[in-house]
Amino acid sequence: MTAARYALEIIHLNKAFGGLPVTQDVSMSICPGERHLIIGPNGAGKTTLFNQVTGDLKPNSGQVKLFGVDVTRLAPFKRAHAGLSRTYQIITLFAHDTLEHNVALGLLGLRPTRWQMWRPLSRYRELATEARRTLDRVGLLHLADHPVSDIAYGEKRRVELAMALAQQPKVLLLDEPLAGLSNTERSTVKALIASIPRQTAVVMIEHDMDTALDLAETVTLLNYGRVILDGPRDQVIADERTREVYLGP
Amino acid sequence: MSRLALAILAVLLAAFPFFAGDFYVNLGSQILIAAIFALSLNLLVGYGGMTSLGHASFLGVAAYLSALLTTRYGFGHGAGALLSIIGTTLTAACFGVIALRATGLGFLMITLALSQVLWGLAYRMSNVTNGDNGIAGLTRPAPFGIALDSPAAFYWFALIVTVFAFVMMAVFVSSAFGSSLKGVRDQPRRMAALGFNPWMIRWIAFVYAGFWGGVSGLLYVYYHKYIHPTSLSITSSAEALLGVIAGGSGTAAGPVVGATLVLLLKNYASAYLERWNMLLGLVFLFIVLVMPTGIIPGLTRLTARWRGGAR
Repeated sequence: MTAARYALEIIHLNKAFGGLPVTQDVSMSICPGERHLIIGPNGAGKTTLFNQVTGDLKPNSGQVKLFGVDVTRLAPFKRAHAGLSRTYQIITLFAHDTLEHNVALGLLGLRPTRWQMWRPLSRYRELATEARRTLDRVGLLHLADHPVSDIAYGEKRRVELAMALAQQPKVLLLDEPLAGLSNTERSTVKALIASIPRQTAVVMIEHDMDTALDLAETVTLLNYGRVILDGPRDQVIADERTREVYLGP
Repeated sequence: MSRLALAILAVLLAAFPFFAGDFYVNLGSQILIAAIFALSLNLLVGYGGMTSLGHASFLGVAAYLSALLTTRYGFGHGAGALLSIIGTTLTAACFGVIALRATGLGFLMITLALSQVLWGLAYRMSNVTNGDNGIAGLTRPAPFGIALDSPAAFYWFALIVTVFAFVMMAVFVSSAFGSSLKGVRDQPRRMAALGFNPWMIRWIAFVYAGFWGGVSGLLYVYYHKYIHPTSLSITSSAEALLGVIAGGSGTAAGPVVGATLVLLLKNYASAYLERWNMLLGLVFLFIVLVMPTGIIPGLTRLTARWRGGAR
């Protein structure tokens, strides 16, 4: 297989909820290892776009390609096996299970072991070791044996990240990874995102422009489901229309 | 400590026929059969988050298949049992494909509808099933030449099968696949995003539960030596579901406790009360109000609090 030019391509994507168009002719291309930021006001259709990339929502028309392969009709779990991973804006963890178990599920999802029915999961020491290594990476190793329901909100955001990172995705979608975090937590998570290896292309939705712009190389501005601007970071920041969308004309 | 308690329980269960009369030994066998049935339903309800009101389908299919194969078609008990279990598992595979088009309430309604179809067949297809008269005159098998006609022999047979079933289902639940199943119960979307196939995981659990439902059905028909359409009825499914929920769904011991409770109430209360179902209802109302998550989780919490308070 020749190396594809783009890690993720979104091509003329359209989606409407009833009469309400939420994605209108959206196209963007993300190179392998790129750091891309999607900005736009509330209701611009950012999360809806993510849900179409992951397959949770079916677009009305258009295409999603991962490394040149059309995945538009592929079930969400198959896209995960193709190297796509995501985090959620609203925390979606397994509250009664330990942090280690949560991350281990992330690892298990991509391994044939997940079909194993006759051997207790706890026997797979290697899975636990790797889960702990990932938790160490996000600075939560000391909480590995606690249930998720016991830990603080900011820590849960990092578990979200750990679950995705454990999968060593080729394309990682981060849906507001900084939402609701304190200033110190922000800088922790920011450093964490900055440390993601370059094999992974990162596409991030974020409102906190001060933090997020530092991480981004390219930026897309969405409004009312349309791409207003798409290009290198400095170009998008300098553009008149960015200010217009965010601050009003 | 808990290992000691387990050993004592094992000895008590095994020695039960030595100190109990035939009536109680027979009651014990019925409880064991109901326990396997409830455990298999718990795989769906407790661990899979799939509340089914049609689980009696699998008990009934296995029982009817075994009855028909051994009486009408002249099969021996060994081949009859094997074919009944295969037939039941295949039925579960088909029903799973249909019922898992939906989740939640939709799933519940489809399982109910499918089991009602079987119940209707058992009633109306009387040239095959003998309708409302049921199929009588059945025999019990004699595995390895050991006759199971005495209450004690059957009890031990049922006990061995139950222990095996309990262990197999406990291993299943704690396995990697079991973790996937619980994950799909709690966060299906996340699980899909992580690379798990939620539909396939639910379907396999459904088929596995159907298989064990079939095993309980075989024991059921061996025990009663008779099969009637009521064992396919909604009451049969609902009683098991009540047992699972009352005992504590999603726990290993809960369904066993719940099934025991239902059977004891049924056997004792029906001797004194004609409307024993009313008493059953009241008992469940009490459990749901006092221990909304079931007896086993409720007791666990109580003892934890009591120990915490004693310190």
